[in-house]
Amino acid sequence: MAKAEHTADAFEAALTLGDVKGRSPWEDAWHRLLKNRAAVTAAIVMAVMIVAVVVGPWLSPWDMDYTDWDHTASPPSWANGHWFGTDAVGRDILVRTLQGGRISLLVGLVATLVSLVIGVTYGAVAGFYGGAADRLMMRAVDIIYALPFMFFVILLMVVFGRHIILIFVAVGAVNWLDMARIVRGQTLSLKRMEFVEAARACGVQGPDIIRRHIIPNLLGVVMVYVTLTIPQVILVESFLSFLGLGVQEPMSSWGGLVADGAQDMETAPWTLVFPAFFLVVTLYCFNFIGDGLRDALDPKDRL
Amino acid sequence: MSAETGVMRHAGRRLLGLVPTLLILITIVFFMMRVAPGGPFDAEKALPPDIQANLEARYHLDEPLIQQYFRYLGQVLRFDFGPSFQYRDWTVNELIAQGFPVSLTIGGLALVLSLLVGVSVGVLAALRQNRPTDYTVMGFAMLGISIPNFVVAPVLILLLAVYAGWLPAGGWEGGWTRLVLPVITLALPVIAYIARLTRGSMIEVLHSNFIRAARAKGLPGRQVIFGYALKPALLPVVSWLGPAAAGLVTGSVVVERIFAIPGLGSYFVQGALNRDYTLVMGVVVFYGFLIIVLNFIVDLLYVWMNPRVRYGEG
Amino acid sequence: MSVRYFAFVLTCVLLAGCGRDEAPGPRARDAVHRQQPVELRMVDGRPAPEVLAGEQVLHRDNGNEPQTLDPHLAQGVPAANILRDLFEGLTAEAPDGAIIPGAAARWNISHDGRVYTFHLRRDGRWSNGDPVTAVDFVEGFRRSADPATASHYAHVLRPIAGATAVLAGAASPDTLGVVALDDYSLQITLVDPTPYFLGLLSHASTYPVHRASVATHGPRYPRPGNLVSNGAFVLTDWQVRSRIELARNPHYHGVDEVILDRVVYYPYEDSGAAVKQYRAGQLHWTWEVPANHFDWLREDYPDELVVSPWLGSYFLGYNLGREPFQHSPELRRALVLAVDRGILTDKVTRFGERPTFNLVPPGIGEYEPPAPEWASWTQQQREEEARRLYEAAGYGPDQPLRIQLRYNTSQNHKKVALAVASMWKQVLGVHTELINEEWKVFLQNRQQRVLTQVFRAGWIGDYADPFTFLEMFRTGHGQNDYGYSDSLYDSLLAQAASERIPARRRRLMVEAERVLLEDQPIIPLYTYVTRRLVDPHLRGWASNVMDHHYSRHMFLLKSEPRP
Repeated sequence: MAKAEHTADAFEAALTLGDVKGRSPWEDAWHRLLKNRAAVTAAIVMAVMIVAVVVGPWLSPWDMDYTDWDHTASPPSWANGHWFGTDAVGRDILVRTLQGGRISLLVGLVATLVSLVIGVTYGAVAGFYGGAADRLMMRAVDIIYALPFMFFVILLMVVFGRHIILIFVAVGAVNWLDMARIVRGQTLSLKRMEFVEAARACGVQGPDIIRRHIIPNLLGVVMVYVTLTIPQVILVESFLSFLGLGVQEPMSSWGGLVADGAQDMETAPWTLVFPAFFLVVTLYCFNFIGDGLRDALDPKDRL
Repeated sequence: MSAETGVMRHAGRRLLGLVPTLLILITIVFFMMRVAPGGPFDAEKALPPDIQANLEARYHLDEPLIQQYFRYLGQVLRFDFGPSFQYRDWTVNELIAQGFPVSLTIGGLALVLSLLVGVSVGVLAALRQNRPTDYTVMGFAMLGISIPNFVVAPVLILLLAVYAGWLPAGGWEGGWTRLVLPVITLALPVIAYIARLTRGSMIEVLHSNFIRAARAKGLPGRQVIFGYALKPALLPVVSWLGPAAAGLVTGSVVVERIFAIPGLGSYFVQGALNRDYTLVMGVVVFYGFLIIVLNFIVDLLYVWMNPRVRYGEG
Repeated sequence: MSVRYFAFVLTCVLLAGCGRDEAPGPRARDAVHRQQPVELRMVDGRPAPEVLAGEQVLHRDNGNEPQTLDPHLAQGVPAANILRDLFEGLTAEAPDGAIIPGAAARWNISHDGRVYTFHLRRDGRWSNGDPVTAVDFVEGFRRSADPATASHYAHVLRPIAGATAVLAGAASPDTLGVVALDDYSLQITLVDPTPYFLGLLSHASTYPVHRASVATHGPRYPRPGNLVSNGAFVLTDWQVRSRIELARNPHYHGVDEVILDRVVYYPYEDSGAAVKQYRAGQLHWTWEVPANHFDWLREDYPDELVVSPWLGSYFLGYNLGREPFQHSPELRRALVLAVDRGILTDKVTRFGERPTFNLVPPGIGEYEPPAPEWASWTQQQREEEARRLYEAAGYGPDQPLRIQLRYNTSQNHKKVALAVASMWKQVLGVHTELINEEWKVFLQNRQQRVLTQVFRAGWIGDYADPFTFLEMFRTGHGQNDYGYSDSLYDSLLAQAASERIPARRRRLMVEAERVLLEDQPIIPLYTYVTRRLVDPHLRGWASNVMDHHYSRHMFLLKSEPRP
């Protein structure tokens, strides 16, 4: 997706001169991050959100698939116990929103991890070994990059049916390209550093150098990337849900709930407003945290 | 080597990449479609086996898969995407010829709009860095990125078409007014991205030595910004344009559906759902080709704007 | 970066979310407060010219893009709607669905009900001026039945003598029992007396063919400029997935009675989007309206919301070839009884669908579907019986039934599946896994009968006769995705097929349906309705169970002048 590449390029630009040198870059970064009140606020909101989403469904008096026939399409009401109202078959929107959050966050997290593992390995190997291997691997990335990504995800869902694992894999497997590019760029500059040269001089093997010296130093980039990829993945999932290719009922995701709610926005606005609010706040927070991290790890941008 | 030849070599490689990219694309999509359960002629009333066989023979679906694959490759070389299985009165070439101008109009206008608005807003925010204007603009940009367009679109339709009655609610035929809402919907997230990109790089450029020098020489602010700062500040935007154009494809699937616009994105989704093998292949190949060419153009544009660029590293 | 920046926009989101007021109905906010039409005045059975709108162009939402406009290849409702305007069969339908003469001015039926002789209109013309002759019809029937054409709907020709052999490729299309006696007389011989046969003759697969155009244009025949048709309209423009435009056919024999100048069909799949276009004044007729919108549509568009019974049944099917349902009629019956159809139609489907325990929907002539005894029970009695049967089948709280319910992607199917699963859980404690599949996957799984347990089914009748519903359950029928096979049922249907006396034929079919319901291969839920918005300016149409609406009967009134 286009958004993904934007972050990729931005990072590449921003982080080539990044945090890898300096005396205690992590401490500096941490202090800078704490001073960024927007990012800190976003992080707190996000933490509350995660707790609510994880714990909430257990505390709710309603099951996510319970149909309350006496209160179908009920507006938010204190009296009947449906604080966020109910949907067309009488299911509680509050518990469904929380449950949907679990799925959305899970999809965001797992798919990002998938792309992380593939991308870091691929990028680090390509960058570290360089030469013909690098050229070949990067040519492959270029080629895959030109494939219309969304079409693939749609095809995957159509071909193999909608399974949540598949959503992870589909989205993650396409997103790794960005990670691979960023990591490769970073590795290229890292491998010219003294400590890598030193390790090599001591006879440490290539894979060990990658594992012990390169990957740990990529952590900064990777963290920024992860926080900014999660919201993209959540958006992609919601897009799939809109096309009717989301997770199976009675489960739902924020995207699925929003897509359903958008159809009834005039007659039952609460079915749209609450899940949409959760979704947007979450994406918003992730983007802020990501921006904050990037600023913190890249002092040049703080001019 | 000189910058020029490096650039040309890079651009050349892009174009050469066309062949393997399309080959991979065709191969993956071809076999994925065939693995999918169900066939193009399945219907609720199952066809008698003889008739089913007749149909399959007519479209060469009775041949061994690998033979069909090579037949298809041969067809693509002749730019013949074959007949559509779902829209049986039309060939895929004809369908693309009908759908592409639609997608191009919407996508192209959205891109132009995004550039105009995104860049101006981004520059504005950069110049007012850390002031209320900046916060407002960037806050809304973040919102533009965070709200899915299938929420934005119905809201726009309700407000501007149904309640206010200023614009049509959808459909394609009948005047430029039908373009307004889809183009805005499609452009919103792109505007947001471009604004963020522009702001970031503009701030960076404004703090660079050569701009400081220009200011120190006493050049007027406007001249410094538009004469010197804007061009380098736009470089990240330009390099993002290739993928952005591809991203408009994605957005268009949603927008076409909500606004009932007969573009290529909706062909693809319908084709995939109905196992219209040829239509899906045709659209994918066409888009793959388009994305590669767009990237090539963006490369050239990038070089034109920044002759110092070097390829082959980082 | 500042927290203000963050807080400000967050507040905007909140305000945008909460700022909605729900007081006025949607209609009150619509910009297009459509004017009321003038009162209709008829002169000599036709609307008086002074009440007609100046622009007679009908904008009609058709629900989807037709796959083809070749009448003999067409399948699906969108194509059928357009083809009814483009072509004319031997018979046609009045606005209320009654069979009226079409290309045939009159016909005789032999005493044994097996030989139909049609006398064609002498003034029938193709849209290029050529006369419509009996041979055009004969060739049309043959083209339709020819396996080389590969028509999806040729099976409706099966009542015709020789059709089964031709369809199977065992005989040449020339052997079909359709012959031209002369230029304007046509004789059709049937295998069995088929009381619904005249109704079939308005179906697209029986339309005549203009052979010269097909020969000239081949696969490009169904296109604007190439398509020569004999109906009230001709195809003038076709933008795929955008619009299909028809104009009045100047050669049509009844052209003087056709008032609309043009008809534009739109293929809008998203009914929500179509309703918005209707409200913005871009459509006169929507294909349907979203189910969740019933309340406000009824309130805000009482005169424009048209809901009427449709010849269709919505039911769930069991796979009888697989446990747990194969050998357990008790269990099948328990699940049938545990569904509260009142709640389903009142709270879920909402549009006045009728709860049913039958397969055949009401509204087919004098057919009186058999009523199972539980149809008259209270829901409480049904649930008690359901629990009893459920336990008798060996299930209970400690050992709950676990099943999969499959449905194809659709908002309505999803809601029905959710509701039914929830009722089974609440009444019996059944654990139902919902599996949503997209159409092609769903079809394949249903037809293979390997994975399915309970699945979404249902049927809209092809013609107004119980047979269109009953025949699906015949042993080995192409649509028998249930694996139902009962020799008594099969023999009752066979007897009904050859029975000439209508009352006896009906009794045989009622008996067959009773057998079917006793065996319970399906869970009947409700009978369909059509639901759409129709502009009050549009007249000349009426609701009918087949939901066939010929544009040639329709016309647009002009608006009442503004006060």
